[in-house]
Amino acid sequence: MTMETTRIHPLPVRIAHWVNALAILLMVASGWRIYNASPLFDFSFPKDLTLGGWLAGALQWHFAAMWLLAANGLLYLAYGIGSGHLIRKLWPISPKLLARDLLDALRGRLSHADLSVYNAAQRAAYLGAILLAIGLVLSGLAIWKPVQLYWLAAPMGDYEGARLLHFFCMTGIVLFVLVHVAMVILVPKTFLTMITGRLKHG
Amino acid sequence: MDSKLEKHAGPLLESVERRLFLKRGLSLGALTLLAGCELTEDEGVQRVLTAMSRWNDGAQAWLFDPKRLAPEFPESRITKPFPFNAYYEEDEVQVVDATDYRLEVSGLVREKKSWTLPELYALPQVSQVTRHICVEGWSAIGKWSGPRFSDFLQRIGADLGAKYVGFKCADDYYSSIDMATALHPQTIMAFKYADQVLPPKYGFPWKLRMPTKLGFKQPKHIVALFVTDQYPGGYWEDKGYNWFSGS
Repeated sequence: MTMETTRIHPLPVRIAHWVNALAILLMVASGWRIYNASPLFDFSFPKDLTLGGWLAGALQWHFAAMWLLAANGLLYLAYGIGSGHLIRKLWPISPKLLARDLLDALRGRLSHADLSVYNAAQRAAYLGAILLAIGLVLSGLAIWKPVQLYWLAAPMGDYEGARLLHFFCMTGIVLFVLVHVAMVILVPKTFLTMITGRLKHG
Repeated sequence: MDSKLEKHAGPLLESVERRLFLKRGLSLGALTLLAGCELTEDEGVQRVLTAMSRWNDGAQAWLFDPKRLAPEFPESRITKPFPFNAYYEEDEVQVVDATDYRLEVSGLVREKKSWTLPELYALPQVSQVTRHICVEGWSAIGKWSGPRFSDFLQRIGADLGAKYVGFKCADDYYSSIDMATALHPQTIMAFKYADQVLPPKYGFPWKLRMPTKLGFKQPKHIVALFVTDQYPGGYWEDKGYNWFSGS
């Protein structure tokens, strides 16, 4: 039996997606353990949700996985910009389109009929996630090297400002992941397409 | 899957798929997190993490600009009180006797003599108001004064091409740094804190102050230093903290 398929996620995007998922998991779990060593706010993360066992272990994970996150992110951006994939998928985003799609989403009327095209809410969310990841890497570099990369740390409010920014970008990414995974659970076939890259038309 | 069947059973299949996915997703998540602790202790994983930490030493040495100065602050920005931090509690601080004190100098140096406090105090001093950043994440601004460590290394005829300078402390702490950081203009032998003789809790008679490294790299109560090409390690470094730990 023949079945029509549409190719919606090119292979480089799928590889980058899953490598990124692993890198983000490692960075967030170890980052929470690092946060717990000197909490910025009046709470700590549950130790069972953290990685590394203690501060030194968490730092080892964090500073190892950062290379994975950064290298994968750079390759993804180079591919996405070079091939036109990013602009094709994530543009246009206008406040008007976004407001319409968000309202539709709240009414439960947002269409997922064509998974190869993102609606404005998805475009905004995915672009937001990319910007948050860039913010995480830049603020992370500023915390890691507040002297050598002072030009980077200074506009963020020096070391302590970069620390806060790093925390808020992390919060943004975690919220994105929660919504993202909830959406995949609501529309499970999107999970398979990120593995096979293809969408079946039955 | 047969597409005809799928069409009829679509909604049902989708809900089964959804449940399966949820279940798998949750167990994968739980597995990852539960494994987190044991994962780090696994010998193979630990080898990779240690290798990455050595790689990061190299990356940081490459990033380190020997001429780039850490930002300095007005005295109004000084953190009061400046936090105490050590591998023991504040009531266990070592009180080094000033009259008996000798700084032992050894290794790849021309003049292997020991120094008394009056001899050390006689060296020309500079001051800095800089940010101290702890490996835990917090930071505090303080004022330290003392001779430039590079001047002292030249005075004792140290081999400035050697790789490391190691330190031994009265409180059994020990650490080591790269020669590039040792020669940095803001690396000083801090004999004073806030214009007063360095109090015991901050490392009397002196600590090595480096605004280009994390707090734990800055040994206090130093009683011996040596210049060497053999990697000397350190108290926290040997337990897994990154050796270079530069800012």
